[in-house]
Amino acid sequence: MEVAFILEKLILVVIVFTITLVIAMYSTLAERKIAGFMQDRHGPDRAGIFGLLQPLCDGGKFFFKEEIIPSGAHKPLFILGPVIAIITACISSAVIPWGQDLTINGKVISLQVASGINIGVLYMFGVIALGVYGIMLGGWASNNKFSLMGAIRAASQSISYEIGMGLSLIALLMVTGTLQLEDIVAQQSGFVNWNIWVQPLGFLIFITCAFAECNRVPFDLPECETELVGGYHTEYSSMKLGLYMFSEYINMFVSSALMAALYFGGYNFPFMYELGLSENWITIIGVIVFFLKIFGFIFFFMWIRWTLPRFRYDQLMNLGWKVLIPLAIANIVLTGVITLVKDTYF
Amino acid sequence: MTIFYFVAFLSIFFALMTIFTKNPVHSVLYLVVTFFTFTVHYILLNAQFLAVVNFIVYMGAIMVLFLFVLMLLNLNKDIEPMKSNVVKVMGAVAGMCMLATFLGAFKVLESSNEFVTGNTDVGLVKNLGKVLFDEFLLPFELSSILLLTAMVGAILLAKKETKEA
Repeated sequence: MEVAFILEKLILVVIVFTITLVIAMYSTLAERKIAGFMQDRHGPDRAGIFGLLQPLCDGGKFFFKEEIIPSGAHKPLFILGPVIAIITACISSAVIPWGQDLTINGKVISLQVASGINIGVLYMFGVIALGVYGIMLGGWASNNKFSLMGAIRAASQSISYEIGMGLSLIALLMVTGTLQLEDIVAQQSGFVNWNIWVQPLGFLIFITCAFAECNRVPFDLPECETELVGGYHTEYSSMKLGLYMFSEYINMFVSSALMAALYFGGYNFPFMYELGLSENWITIIGVIVFFLKIFGFIFFFMWIRWTLPRFRYDQLMNLGWKVLIPLAIANIVLTGVITLVKDTYF
Repeated sequence: MTIFYFVAFLSIFFALMTIFTKNPVHSVLYLVVTFFTFTVHYILLNAQFLAVVNFIVYMGAIMVLFLFVLMLLNLNKDIEPMKSNVVKVMGAVAGMCMLATFLGAFKVLESSNEFVTGNTDVGLVKNLGKVLFDEFLLPFELSSILLLTAMVGAILLAKKETKEA
């Protein structure tokens, strides 16, 4: 039993890990294709059909480029920076429920790596909070003024927006009454039960903060190339730079998955029980639907990138502290009042 | 129990490294690792909520701010403020006094039976919430007022400085 359980989880981890990396890889291509589409050009189309081999070429280029560690850099921390960035990005998906349970020959297989964790949402939150260390250490260890500026911006930005994110999440937790992600998703079966219908404001705050936490445009001030050359990764070359970029895309994927799970019903889809399908088919279609939702969010991330200009730093701080946090607190109070009224009178 | 001893060893080791290392940034990083070992301790005690809150608040927020300030100051040996011997002696004496107090406090502390035999699931979110908002409501509210006061005070101090400048 014990060995079988570990083996089952190990296989699941490997599958999730592979999918995460492949999606991160092809996100780079998707981003350039979408940029091309938005700007009325083709995007990369030389490597393979539709440029499908482009990510492989880019990866190969990253591996074979010369690795430069600046002589003034703090070497151990310079190496540790991208390592932390990629590790925190990869472990954050552990609590996401990818689908309902599969039943094969009477054996129930859970499609969630760390199922039954009491604090699922908080775990993700903690790992996201940890991710900023990678950027900070890398930026500081580079011993470059631009890198340091990028690192400091990253730190203050992530701390500011974590508060807004946490507060918007509290309102959601007041509705769901549990911290377990699989329960939150299971509550949203069908279409009308999705949390987006009860927490629209919370979702808006959450997605804004998610953009900021992923350092995506319009909040990509840590690597703002017009002011800071390359921001925290100015001094990085070869695969270390590749790891930073990779971790950004993985973070984007994981936060898309989190948003889809928290607000858009995760693997649930309309009429899932009315179609008369067997349990396993519902699970399989659910997984596909979940990934479609995730791809939708990733597309949204990229769409925003090519639509909105970058915020100025003071605008970023004002938005975080003076708009999002008060809004999130108001949302909590509102949710509390509505819940109370509903419980007493209906 | 072996895991406990191993993690305890790591905690003490990294805590010592925090003190002995010369570079302030290294010192903060060792402190981060120390806090991480505390998180592991909490998980070993089945206190999941405390573990993750320790993780988010200390590792994710407070230590990032520490690091932030140190990076801004960019302390190194040339500009490190030299403390006079009087301050060093005072610091040593104060530290020893605190150690003596802690030792005395731990000596009279008896691990009550309730703790050993009681409910080990009290650290899970649901149980903890029920205990906090029922049995310990007054202390909980008092401590939140204390935190609010501290927050208002901090904002006030920050505001005053910008006015004068």
